[in-house]
Amino acid sequence: MINNTKTIIQLASEGKRLDNRGLLDYRQPIKIETSISKSAEGSAKVTIGDTVVLAGVKMSLEKPYSDSPNEGGIMVNAELIPLSSSEYEPGPPGIKAVELARVTDRGIRESHAIDFKKLCIEKGEKAWFVIIDIVPLNDAGNLFDAAGLAALAALKETRLRPIDEKTGAVDYKGTTDTPLPLLKETLSVTVGKVGNHLMVDPTVEEESSFSARLTVATDKTGTISALQKGGDEPMTIEEVGQIVDIALDKAKFLRSIMDECFKNKK
Amino acid sequence: MAYEKRLDGRKINETRPMEAKAGVIPNADGSAFFKIGATAAYAAVYGPKEMVPRFLQDPKEGQIRCHYNMLPFSGSGERIRPGNKRRSQEISMVLKAALKPVVDLTDFPNSVVDIHVEFPQTDAGSRCAAVCAASIALADAGIPMKDMISSIAVGQVDGTVVADLNYNEEAYDAIVSDIPVAMTNNSKQITLLQMDGEISKEDLMTSLEMAKEVCEEIYIVQKNALKDKYKLPEGFVAKKPKTNVEKSNDKVTEEKSKPETESSNEKSKEDKEKQ
Amino acid sequence: MSEILVENKTVVIPGEILAKGMDYLPGENTYREGEQIFSKSVGLTSISGRVIKVTSLSGPYKPKDGDKIICKVFDITLSGWRLKTNTAYNAMLNVKDATRRFVRKDEDLTKIIDVNDYIVAKVIRVTSQKLIDLSMNDPDLFKINGGRIIKINSQKVPRVIGKQGSMVSMIKKFTNCDITVGQNGLIFVRKRDNGNECLAEKAIKLVEKEAHIGGLTERVETFLKSETNQ
Repeated sequence: MINNTKTIIQLASEGKRLDNRGLLDYRQPIKIETSISKSAEGSAKVTIGDTVVLAGVKMSLEKPYSDSPNEGGIMVNAELIPLSSSEYEPGPPGIKAVELARVTDRGIRESHAIDFKKLCIEKGEKAWFVIIDIVPLNDAGNLFDAAGLAALAALKETRLRPIDEKTGAVDYKGTTDTPLPLLKETLSVTVGKVGNHLMVDPTVEEESSFSARLTVATDKTGTISALQKGGDEPMTIEEVGQIVDIALDKAKFLRSIMDECFKNKK
Repeated sequence: MAYEKRLDGRKINETRPMEAKAGVIPNADGSAFFKIGATAAYAAVYGPKEMVPRFLQDPKEGQIRCHYNMLPFSGSGERIRPGNKRRSQEISMVLKAALKPVVDLTDFPNSVVDIHVEFPQTDAGSRCAAVCAASIALADAGIPMKDMISSIAVGQVDGTVVADLNYNEEAYDAIVSDIPVAMTNNSKQITLLQMDGEISKEDLMTSLEMAKEVCEEIYIVQKNALKDKYKLPEGFVAKKPKTNVEKSNDKVTEEKSKPETESSNEKSKEDKEKQ
Repeated sequence: MSEILVENKTVVIPGEILAKGMDYLPGENTYREGEQIFSKSVGLTSISGRVIKVTSLSGPYKPKDGDKIICKVFDITLSGWRLKTNTAYNAMLNVKDATRRFVRKDEDLTKIIDVNDYIVAKVIRVTSQKLIDLSMNDPDLFKINGGRIIKINSQKVPRVIGKQGSMVSMIKKFTNCDITVGQNGLIFVRKRDNGNECLAEKAIKLVEKEAHIGGLTERVETFLKSETNQ
């Protein structure tokens, strides 16, 4: 029930925030832990300040779509479970969960981050499909960026299951060393507009003070693979330019944390 | 009797390794993590809050509601499709019945306390883990409770009564029975009891006696989780003012250099978890 | 034979046995069953004479007559305002209790207090079903403007206030902020010239986190001194 909107807008106009962060600072700590679920083929838990998001990857064998018979596929699902915030109710995903899932999905799919051709086992008959489930454990704001990090970490950590030679089905008890054919690593950064000022990594209170926001998914080379504008107010072309600059810079920062996490693993 | 040695080498009344922590979800009024073997549960408690829809309100006392859910990637086989299934509905119901006898919400008429339990991974015994986690979370939320509830599955595998069956034992190729039990700590009264499989009356009684012993061990894990939350930081001596001031000084300097504090906090957290 | 089974000021959990025998009396957050007294809450034991009670370390706020609380308006009716109280129950503020001045029958109430405004008010009545009536007819009750609202566990409020208000006075002094502590766990902080709301918030959170550990005042003072370079 707390909502310090007026003060948030006032502070932003002075370049300040409630918790003394700069407008373009992420909360601390930022942590990426992997293998948080043994039953998933890949999983990760991402912490940004008080926000905690889990992502789990399950692999299944399916018939490829008829328009791409030699390719596997991906599906991203998000559930805003009531465990993570008093704001959420049990039941099927609402629009907020659907948006979170679709934005994360586009960031990965449209950048061609996964080599879907390599996931094909038998043309037109059988291919690996990647299903990523995203759930917050504690929603303290900025689920978009946390979900992007968690999804990528879980994909990077995924190892395929063996296929039972007799039945042709997935052997979920077995393990292999085969990783997913990841071609690119896309990450999303969300920038919000408070009054006339731009801000990253909002808390829930700050999010509700945003007049508009833009999520920008980019890969290592700076190529943009997905955009999503949210909020009720418009933004100018100049603002979009500024936001993309911020997003590229912050993606670099998040990427260094991701690299550090996987360097320690190896 | 064919089942003399357990598949994972445990003694017959030995549980899988347990781990518990209170206060893991900052948004919640109370929360807990409870892990037994490869079954891990997060529980969060929200409330007492206004019960909506209003026609469900009870003007005499507050109510509790439970929501049990396995995350889509938490099963040992294929992905579990999200959504309310008959299984999770039923478990939510028995979960509520297991906790209700100790919860006292007479001071909070017309209200509701929501208990949400989610599993990132499971390997049998999830409803028992849910009860254990929920009980810690309710206590952590400061909900008035007469007692703690502990829970374990016992049962018979090919003629041998064992505690805390894992998935491989539940699926053992012989006559097996799986009996989830929950009990109050002080009087050891049963608040949850289910069974599937086959068992003789004698073995059932032996199983329940075993559950009683094992619940005592689980209670200690739950109790420690709650007390650890309020444990003095390491090296912190509250009663001697001199050491106290020194310690506070250290603390303050740490907080000044922000990045360092975070990493050192991190470390101490990890250390705790290891312990 | 009666005996106390726990030390004074130790953490106990629900169902823990505190005392045996009929010579002791169950106080707050405890209950008797047969010969024994048990805890009903996670909290600190407090033994005074023959009474043993448990001071909760967490838990919901129970509204009481005379409590000063911070609430948020979510609706306006013909006769006044409906407010969220950070509990399971909403409160009502009647026009006659909101202001001493005359309010015309057709006056727009949003001009006095609008939806989403926060107020500091006093509980003047609580029924058995927890219907709560509020009043603002006191000089220290007001509509909140500017500053920030922070939330802590309501069970920690007495520690934030301190003995005779000593803790909150100290935080006010060091941070140069006005601070109003609501019994319902909401706290209003607003800086005066050169005040530091952020530091006040940090200090309050420190009190909340370490409320159960002795020597709190000294620790908070040391913290504030070093943060303000005094």
